Amino acid sequence: MSETKETCTMTGAEMVVRALQDQDVEHIFGYPGGAVLPIYDALFQQNSVEHILVRHEQGAVHAAEGYARSSGKVGVVLVTSGPGATNAVTGLTDALLDSIPLVCFTGQVPTHLIGSDAFQECDTVGITRHCTKHNYLVKKVEDLPRIIHEAFYVARSGRPGPVVIDVPKDVQFASGTYTPPGEIMHKSYRPKTDGDRRQIEAAVDLIARAKRPVFYTGGGIINSGPEAARLLREFAKITGFPVTSTLMGLGAFPANDPQWLGMLGMHGTYEANLAMHDCDVMINLGARFDDRITGRLDAFSPGSKKIHVDIDPSSINKNVKVDIGIVGDCAKVISVMLEVWRERKIQADAGALKTWWGQINEWRKRNSLGYKNSKEIIKPQYAIERLYELTKDRKTYVTTEVGQHQMWAAQHFHFNEPNRWMTSGGLGTMGYGLPAALGVQKAHPDALVIDIAGEASILMNMQEMSTAAQYRLPIKIFILNNEYMGMVRQWQELLHGGRYSQSYSAALPDFVKLADAYHAHGIRCSDPAKLDAAIMEMIDYPGPVIFDCLVAKEENCLPMIPSGKAHNDMLLPDFEGAIGDVIDSRGKQLV
Amino acid sequence: MKSHYSDPTGNQTVERRTFCVLVDNEPGVLARIAGLFSGRGYNIESLTVSETEHARHLSRFTIVTSGIPSVLNQIEAQLDRMVPVHKVVNLSTGSTIERELALVKVAQFGPERSEHRMEALRLATAFGAKTVDATLNSFIFELSGPYEDVERFINLMSAIGLVEVSRTGAAAIARGAEGL
Ligand SMILES: Cc1ncc(C[n+]2csc(CCOP(=O)(O)OP(=O)(O)O)c2C)c(N)n1
Ligand SMILES: [Mg+2]
Repeated sequence: MSETKETCTMTGAEMVVRALQDQDVEHIFGYPGGAVLPIYDALFQQNSVEHILVRHEQGAVHAAEGYARSSGKVGVVLVTSGPGATNAVTGLTDALLDSIPLVCFTGQVPTHLIGSDAFQECDTVGITRHCTKHNYLVKKVEDLPRIIHEAFYVARSGRPGPVVIDVPKDVQFASGTYTPPGEIMHKSYRPKTDGDRRQIEAAVDLIARAKRPVFYTGGGIINSGPEAARLLREFAKITGFPVTSTLMGLGAFPANDPQWLGMLGMHGTYEANLAMHDCDVMINLGARFDDRITGRLDAFSPGSKKIHVDIDPSSINKNVKVDIGIVGDCAKVISVMLEVWRERKIQADAGALKTWWGQINEWRKRNSLGYKNSKEIIKPQYAIERLYELTKDRKTYVTTEVGQHQMWAAQHFHFNEPNRWMTSGGLGTMGYGLPAALGVQKAHPDALVIDIAGEASILMNMQEMSTAAQYRLPIKIFILNNEYMGMVRQWQELLHGGRYSQSYSAALPDFVKLADAYHAHGIRCSDPAKLDAAIMEMIDYPGPVIFDCLVAKEENCLPMIPSGKAHNDMLLPDFEGAIGDVIDSRGKQLV
Repeated sequence: MKSHYSDPTGNQTVERRTFCVLVDNEPGVLARIAGLFSGRGYNIESLTVSETEHARHLSRFTIVTSGIPSVLNQIEAQLDRMVPVHKVVNLSTGSTIERELALVKVAQFGPERSEHRMEALRLATAFGAKTVDATLNSFIFELSGPYEDVERFINLMSAIGLVEVSRTGAAAIARGAEGL
């Protein structure tokens, strides 16, 4: 299109599509309805933006999240007013808690009807104010182009997050002048990305003198981009320090590296948690001292000096008081740290590190991810291990649902690259994995995309199999079917005397027949000896697959820091007692 | 600090703090700021807002809040990261002028009518309050002053015949030549 005055006058609906093109958006996920028909009409008349029709608006948002997290781009969603918007709320909240950049367009009733309880009206900006990074109600078509470009900027800058743009139907029909994205600086929002040089130097001083250091990394490294992951690897190499990561940060540091301690936190490894507990210098890069990580706060890493790098100033000193807080983007800050390290020709304390690694290797010998395998029944851990072994040489992306299977995936599937692991960490949303896998597959058509699922979670957004069929997205749903809401059952065993109130997955569908009904391929396996062949069948099948993997029903996910306990008070797999006796009455009140 | 787990901050004492927040005067901005406080369980003691720079559509919030120091620091950081917020200033660190406005209606001066009437007027003069309305058996006083003065004035008036009070939150500004 030429940039003449004529072509710059267009309807609000056309502006939406044009702005998407100008923002280099190739795919959007959505579901139509009365209040967005003009936008759907504008989409119909062009080819550069492909719309993927989901089967539920929650699915659209999770798909956009998977797309965004696996590609580093902003995910885009389009839904109608009222129920379309309210169905999107869970996904928006999920994206807010996991810092995923999204722009979600919602239709709204015409401006003159707002507030009249019109058909399919809801107060979308009111409802989503608390579950978005920012939101807008567009009252005039003249404001629309600026708001859209601003929304993309806000979604991806600083700590990323979801942004909602609520567009009343009359604004979609009205004509106005379109303005392309330009260098217009946002009026107020300018997140700080360069860390303070003096603070960084102070941090390097502390790091240089460390005797028992640990890198505690998180999702901030992934959000910062591949360069941050590369710099982290360089920093780890140059210092020789051990590295652990949160659930959200897996893949930023390669799991096949000898300096990798495994994930930390509630279901983290013994060596990672004890290194955190006993370290003298903790270097937090892009993690937020979440309660799943810290355990009991007053016993959290009592003897360490703490450095915290975070792009969100409100994360610093929120849960844990730190000695040096650096507000900035991980890649930028690590790069300056490396620069200072080299300029000053610093050498890490080799003697101290040797002792420290000696200690860590002692902890490793506890083999905290160990489990008792079986010849008769598939152990869930074994299933993940085999899935990993048989897919590790491919370009594999993994999403998960929420529960034990999610934690087993985090423990036993290993990631060597960033952006390969998509999971709902902050909100813990069952039903995330299947739609997220659709988004990942759309962003990476040639990749092998696997949703590691539980039989309960998968039913929460099962309808999206229909989307997979329509768009021929060959996602693989690998269900660890233990016939329980396993994580709930485990907590009931721990806290409530093994009274399994409502946590049995009764009346499950026949997943193989269900696959058939959704034009997909179904596989069932219950024999450890046949597992490899069945997994290969899944990988080799050119379309979507539902794999019903029947596993041990009452397996617990260990190791675990029970609620109310400290890092050095873990429940390990070789625990012999009754796990119902481990948590005291105070701990039982926690979640 | 808040956590599922133990509370290592239990020994901190609660303080009052006044924040000045400069924001874009866009629809919903008051709900956004108020929602931050309710959503995260912070206290608002008082809140005053008005557009102070019409040309740039900037509004200025003066928020008086209370909490332990770590929570107050968290409030400042949370306000600062909001998209329409230009600037957050902690006005409790330096020397500040803080004023509240109260309209105080006093009437029905009891059996010893005239004595109470005189007393009300004397107190008003002592506090520097203006008499903005008077009838044979009532007054409305306008008082502006720091929170503590307004509190004391209202307490004294309740002994005489307080009927009704309307009062604003604080407006605050730092002393000296420097702007925000
Ligand atoms: C939407 C939603 N509802 C409820 C929960 C609470 N919850 C956490 S894990 C879980 C059970 C998941 O069961 P399943 O998918 O079978 O996984 P498993 O733990 O058995 O591997 C439940 C109900 C949740 N996380 N999300
Ligand atoms: Mg299950």
